Amino acid sequence: MTDTRVVETVDLQALLRESRVADVLDELDRDLIGLKPVKTRIREIASLLVVEKAREALGVAGAPLSLHMCFTGNPGTGKTTVAMRMAEILHRLGHVRKGHLVAVTRDDLVGQYIGHTAPKTKEVLKKAMGGVLFIDEAYYLYRPENERDYGQEAIEILMQVMENQRDDLVVILAGYKSRMDRFFESNPGMASRVAHHIDFPDYSDGELLQIAGRMVAGLGLRLSPDAARALGEYVALRRRQPNFANARSVRNALDRARLRQARRLIEAADIRASRVFGSAGTDAPVKEAAC
Amino acid sequence: MRITQGTFSFLPDLTDEQVAKQVGYALSQGWAVSLEHTDDPHPRNVYWEMWGLPMFDLKDAAGLMTELRECRKVFGDRYIKVNAFDSTLGFETMRMSFIVNRPVKEPSFTLRRADGPGRNVRYELETRRG
Amino acid sequence: MANPGPDQATATQRTTGNTARRYQAGVLKYKEMGYWVPDYEPKPTDLLAVFRITPQDGVDPEEAAAAVAGESSTATWTVVWTDRLTACENYRAKAYRVDRVPGASDQYFAWVAYDLSLFEEGSIANLTASIIGNVFSFKPLKAARLEDMRFPVAYVKTFKGPPTGIVVERERLDKYGRPLLGATIKPKLGLSGKNYGRVVYEALLGGLDFTKDDENINSQPFMHWRDRFLFCMEAVNKAQAASGEIKGHYLNITAGTMEEMYRRAEFAKELGSCIVMVDLIVGWTAIQSISNWSRENDMILHMHRAGHGTYTRQKNHGVSFRVIAKWLRLAGVDHLHAGTAVGKLEGDPLTVQGYYNVCRDAVTREDLPRGLFVEQDWAGLRKVMPVASGGIHAGQMHQLLDLFGDDVVLQFGGGTIGHPMGIQAGATANRVALEAMVLARNEGRDIAREGPDILVAAAKDCRPLEAALATWKNVTFNYASTDTSDFVPSVSVA
Repeated sequence: MTDTRVVETVDLQALLRESRVADVLDELDRDLIGLKPVKTRIREIASLLVVEKAREALGVAGAPLSLHMCFTGNPGTGKTTVAMRMAEILHRLGHVRKGHLVAVTRDDLVGQYIGHTAPKTKEVLKKAMGGVLFIDEAYYLYRPENERDYGQEAIEILMQVMENQRDDLVVILAGYKSRMDRFFESNPGMASRVAHHIDFPDYSDGELLQIAGRMVAGLGLRLSPDAARALGEYVALRRRQPNFANARSVRNALDRARLRQARRLIEAADIRASRVFGSAGTDAPVKEAAC
Repeated sequence: MRITQGTFSFLPDLTDEQVAKQVGYALSQGWAVSLEHTDDPHPRNVYWEMWGLPMFDLKDAAGLMTELRECRKVFGDRYIKVNAFDSTLGFETMRMSFIVNRPVKEPSFTLRRADGPGRNVRYELETRRG
Repeated sequence: MANPGPDQATATQRTTGNTARRYQAGVLKYKEMGYWVPDYEPKPTDLLAVFRITPQDGVDPEEAAAAVAGESSTATWTVVWTDRLTACENYRAKAYRVDRVPGASDQYFAWVAYDLSLFEEGSIANLTASIIGNVFSFKPLKAARLEDMRFPVAYVKTFKGPPTGIVVERERLDKYGRPLLGATIKPKLGLSGKNYGRVVYEALLGGLDFTKDDENINSQPFMHWRDRFLFCMEAVNKAQAASGEIKGHYLNITAGTMEEMYRRAEFAKELGSCIVMVDLIVGWTAIQSISNWSRENDMILHMHRAGHGTYTRQKNHGVSFRVIAKWLRLAGVDHLHAGTAVGKLEGDPLTVQGYYNVCRDAVTREDLPRGLFVEQDWAGLRKVMPVASGGIHAGQMHQLLDLFGDDVVLQFGGGTIGHPMGIQAGATANRVALEAMVLARNEGRDIAREGPDILVAAAKDCRPLEAALATWKNVTFNYASTDTSDFVPSVSVA
């Protein structure tokens, strides 16, 4: 069939523009603070997809792409957010038909009794088809301590669809790095089906403060210099406490601060200060983190 | 004989690609799709067997097509139809229903007539299998 | 909308003083008697009517409107003292708005509100006796036409509406996702029962869902009604056995008396028919009675609008078909002939779509380009299946589907029976064309534009369709409609 080939070259830049994938990548750069290595990996994957599309147009048969991914990193490092952008990128490049994201955990996939798991898992898979299935803390599917655990059944159904219906669905597994590594060691079949691994580093203190700034701006508020200083102290202290969850911990702290601010404003019976987020020691949660 | 129930029975049997497009249309209208099968296509046989529950919240036809493949593995020699259900107020009924699988040898129907007074005829239809 | 009418007309009146004086004595009184209330705010429980009136030369349109309100409610030609024994304020209809008809110098839309207590519950006979009883012969008007009505929910709920409705009809027939197909048996007069049944059998076997008696097939010397019923039901049952589909023939039970109609309906039921039909000319009381009977006997009730053209067609006088359609939905019919837009009978596409909305909407919205003047909440009343019948053929399938959607019966009488390869082939051509068009539309193709190509492609697998397209490819009925909308969509309208 080579003689019927009419396309000899493909303008990669034009392809990139047509797919409007560059917009998503730029948005990713703009909207997400930090995450340098993640952004680089996503650009690489996007480039790979564009190149593969070009090769397809040239009639150069490549092996079908496996796009299943693994996002590792601590809580609050942006895995779900990036997964949503990834779904959009895959949609624009035509690798998934609809581009929606279905986010689940073990409870959504694994049943309570015999015969319960397969329908549950299949139900989720059907809803995710045409888009991306995001399984948070995927390693909970595998519980070696209980050999009759139904999680194994879910894993097998998942693997079957990941292998046979690559056109219909992209799966992203997510969780702590060390636990995901152990999960893959015990499930080599799963490891072999996941081609792309992306590690999400913790945010630095400075990045977390920037994130806080954006969150506060999103509420139509601003941080007073005192409050910003207090928040900086808080972040440094909080990081050393257990269950630190990066951006999520910042959001929680801000939510608590809003409660205190509201109480202060009611007590002062004065709404004029409501656009400024607190003076040190009143609204900001420093004391709580320090104790 | 070819049973001509369903939305598309006078066209050549739909390919899977065509079925997927029709399912895609149903989903784009916000309808829930489901599969039903039977070995008795009698026109008064309203309740075919359900292949699972209606698939609510699907975004893409692939979900139904996956089930259709499974259903064919088990009931490949039965009639299978795709239904699309609309829960909108004022409809709350099927909006599409079309056959996507037929037995190799389709049954036919025997028409029985019982003469009554005044030339009044009582008709009965019975499925004749095989 | 601006309200330019009255000043202008008063000027006219002054210049043609003689005519004005001739009617002044009688007519002016209506306005004085309280039938013109320009600041009246209609209550949600009022019935509203929009009349198109053409006052006699020199008659003030506001006074003409007041006269319409008066004559369709409490007034007579002179003042009566017995009014003072009643709460007459309440019983007077109130003309509250007069608009000049766009593009017509002598016509006005008069808006009239009626109190709910003026009407008996559940009686179209009573409603029509009031609204169109006297006023259309009233001398000070050259012409009058009832354009639209709004019924309050409280009034709608006094009617049972269609005995079956679109949803249940489809569930009973097990037919979804496409328009239904029918054909009227031709020739409509002269066939014997046996020959008539042959046409029914061939058409149903070929792929139609329904066949139909014509409006004037009752019980004539060439074919008595029992004969027709028996042969038709043999045909229906045979076609069901041969296809595995539910089929039906609209048995026309129209007769000289109600007793005879019931007798024919009972026989249709005994024979297992799923549908009967009556003509509009049997009258409102007979329609409501047979609707009740149909509801009790799980029968679909098909309404043939025989005779409506005598009062619906002319734009300046009579009753618009959209009002007839509203009355029929209240009275309770399941099928209603509502026009084709592309066939041989009267009706421009937008106006016809307006009739379809009246039949099928849960709430019919105001839509002036489609001739709908008021919003109508149908209060959960079942929906009427509109029927498109008259001079349509397979080659117009894309236009019909595009105009009317899925919930319609498309009737191809000549387009089935006149097929060069026979009736069965004619029916098959229609069914294949329909299914191919629905398939293509659902696949996202632009059927209004690509329709002819889709038909040609479908005809490759279907000789009968190929022959149908070749036979009727140039048949269109491009005559100007007489009943068109007065309002054109305008970009400047907010």
